[in-house]
Amino acid sequence: MKKIHLVGLVAVLALLLAVPPFLKNYGIYLFSYWLVFVIATMGLNLTVGYAGQKSLGHAAFFGIGAYTVAILLKAGISFWLGLPLAMAGCFVIGLALGFPALRVQTIYLAFATLGFNTAVWLVMRNEEWLTGGTFGINNVARPSLFGFSLDGNLAYYYFVLGMAVLLGALLWGLLRSPWGKAFTALRDNPIRAESLGIHIQAYTLLSFAIGAVYAGIAGALFASLVQFIEPAPFAVSASIMMYLMVVVGGPGYFFGPLLGSAVGVLLPEWLRFAQAWYLFVFGAAVVLLMLWLPDGLLSIPDRLRARRQAREASAARSAAAAKLGAGA
Amino acid sequence: MTDFLQLFVSGMATGAIYGLAALGFTLLWQASGTINFAQGEFVMLPAFAMLGFASFGAPLLASFVLTCVVAVVVLGWAFKRGIADPLLRHGLMPIVVATIGLAIAMRNGVRAGYSAEAHPFPSLFADKLFNIAGVTLTLADVGTLVMALLLVFATQAFLQKTVTGRAMQAVAQNTDSATVLGIDVPRMIFYTFAINALLACAAALLVTPTYLAKFDMGEPLGTKAFFAAIIGGFNNSRGALLGGLIVGVSENLAAAYISPTYKDAVALVVFMLVILFKPQGLLGKKVERKV
Amino acid sequence: MSGPVLKVSDLKKSYGAILAVGGVSFEVMPGEIFGVIGPNGSGKTTMFNSVLGQITPDAGRIELNGRDITGKSPMQLNQLGVGRTFQTLQVFGKMSVRDNLIVAAQEHQGSMWSRMFAPGDSGLGAKADALIDQFRIRHVADKKAGELSYGQQKLVDIAMAFMSEPDLVLLDEPCAGVNPSLVGGISTLLKELNQTRKGSFIVIEHNMDFVMDLCHRILVMVEGTVMAIGTPAEIRANKQVLDAYLGN
Repeated sequence: MKKIHLVGLVAVLALLLAVPPFLKNYGIYLFSYWLVFVIATMGLNLTVGYAGQKSLGHAAFFGIGAYTVAILLKAGISFWLGLPLAMAGCFVIGLALGFPALRVQTIYLAFATLGFNTAVWLVMRNEEWLTGGTFGINNVARPSLFGFSLDGNLAYYYFVLGMAVLLGALLWGLLRSPWGKAFTALRDNPIRAESLGIHIQAYTLLSFAIGAVYAGIAGALFASLVQFIEPAPFAVSASIMMYLMVVVGGPGYFFGPLLGSAVGVLLPEWLRFAQAWYLFVFGAAVVLLMLWLPDGLLSIPDRLRARRQAREASAARSAAAAKLGAGA
Repeated sequence: MTDFLQLFVSGMATGAIYGLAALGFTLLWQASGTINFAQGEFVMLPAFAMLGFASFGAPLLASFVLTCVVAVVVLGWAFKRGIADPLLRHGLMPIVVATIGLAIAMRNGVRAGYSAEAHPFPSLFADKLFNIAGVTLTLADVGTLVMALLLVFATQAFLQKTVTGRAMQAVAQNTDSATVLGIDVPRMIFYTFAINALLACAAALLVTPTYLAKFDMGEPLGTKAFFAAIIGGFNNSRGALLGGLIVGVSENLAAAYISPTYKDAVALVVFMLVILFKPQGLLGKKVERKV
Repeated sequence: MSGPVLKVSDLKKSYGAILAVGGVSFEVMPGEIFGVIGPNGSGKTTMFNSVLGQITPDAGRIELNGRDITGKSPMQLNQLGVGRTFQTLQVFGKMSVRDNLIVAAQEHQGSMWSRMFAPGDSGLGAKADALIDQFRIRHVADKKAGELSYGQQKLVDIAMAFMSEPDLVLLDEPCAGVNPSLVGGISTLLKELNQTRKGSFIVIEHNMDFVMDLCHRILVMVEGTVMAIGTPAEIRANKQVLDAYLGN
């Protein structure tokens, strides 16, 4: 990591550690809410941004994680058992969702994941005996960690922050390893990748599975954060918003989810009083972003650098041409 | 049996409207490679426009014509020049994302700027009932079905029998060859966008009386239109109508005979089966993966 | 080592009524540079796409070092020791040149699971640097591959095929679109690699001087069948070939 990035990261972490005790409950809640989505969109960024797949069904895994933990808590089973179960479930289902990706291209894959999300959401909405249907599940408890109760908003916030940092570090490690290059190869040129011995089927399935696990963990944390689970936050519209968050931040940029979630989740919650107008501006901003910065906000430094290089190359060419002209 | 026929016919009526929206969607894809995720909102906006004109005292049909004109300019020309043209050269996903953003903006713009409530919308058809061989049908259902079918067939006739229409088909099949043959490709693509806008207006006129005009009416409509287009065959315009009818009828039948809560599931199941086993759609042609 | 590296027996591939490859047989010996020439549409690329797993042949048998590889996928073939370049440039534009080379061989180190914990360059840094120096692209090694000139990208493309030290490398038109001044450089490079690495190369090319100078033996393919196989001298003297392809 470049030095300036490291400094920036440390500064952000310091803020995230030091500021919340001075905020009111609502402020702490917002930051926790934002971090949950950062975790979810980190997973989506892997699937879509690094591995180049299409997934408009991410919120389904978010919901599977949330409902798994909530249902198990209601049945008296600890969060610490519910969480790994949610992860395992999301991993398996994520793998299964990857199979259509092997057979079906781009836009059809996007539609297939959309269909998957709708199916999962329908089950959540209709199967009252399991999920409480539209009435949902309330009084979802917060876990305790080594005897420490995480009931308080601030305590829970630090827990979510710790999970986010841990999961971010794990993802960073994975992307730094040969897997990271394999995913990029899969995204940028799957045919060449295959002929270099890269097992594109395996990496495709794993990109879906790992992304799903991240969403599942985020969902579990979400359940205990908001303490009331109902189907609405896990519908296709939520998947589409998560996709937009990855795109706005910058697909394939590690910190894209931080920025994208802030724009997609933090700001609208904060500006709740003007939510419809905010979403109008957000939608319009997405359109403009596609027209001017199709690689997302974090691509700005790269674009500036590319423009500078182009200018330097052009200047060098003019200088060379002038020399030739002078000699003629 | 009479119940079944009633459900079938009213399902066909709704399905025909889905077919209109799906047809425009398919034509845009074929002619220019545009996936319009805001197709549902392209129906919602004209619905409100017509209400707007009506509030100035214009009769329904006059509002409709005015809205058509505005739609061709805004949802046809402006959409093409402003969004589709600049983004299509970057591949598929930028246009998908941009139209998703457009849908969100349109939906919330109407919600915040006009009204968040549902508004009644005048129907073209009087509130009459027919009784044919013991089956009770509403004039609205029959009228809607007939009109939608007429529009779809008219569009297809235009595409197949007129010079302009055949030029548009040529552009859809092979843009480079069409250019070499002297066809004004950008203009043909514009006509496609214009037809999509007109079909959306027609869909608005036919569907809004039943479902009421609301800022979010476009969401389920858009989704059903995508499903219908894929089920019928994304590279085939006849498929759009077939897909729409399948979705409309199966929804209605499922709501009555299985369960109202899983009404949406039926269209979804058909859609998933098609995507996984015949992704080119029921009437579509297989597209080879290029090495 | 005795026996051919690659043995193709009676390979056939049709597209509907068109017989693109109509019964082709040949052998490539170890350490050999084997050229393949023929007019456009003669079936060269179809044949090699069938040999290398991109397409499934209709009939015929392909053996690599005596082992049947007919119908195996490109990924399996690479793991068995086959490398290739494509007619069109296929580098990973967003990765650096060095990373392009590393990714070209990393899947041969350890297993999927062990690679999760391996260092970023899989220990291939030195090998990549050696190839970078051999290909004289040290000055652009850390740039993104997409930012290089066409000729430089072509060199990266070719270098990638050699990273995993395959027994057999197919180069599909390595000189296409390349500046004439670079063609000589590519020829020298390939001769160097052939001497130091003891692998066999198959080179499909249209540039006659390049092929005649570089290759030990040449196969001439016309209309889906083999017209002649021989040394450059033999091919140059072959009347049939001259009439059909090389001209007088």
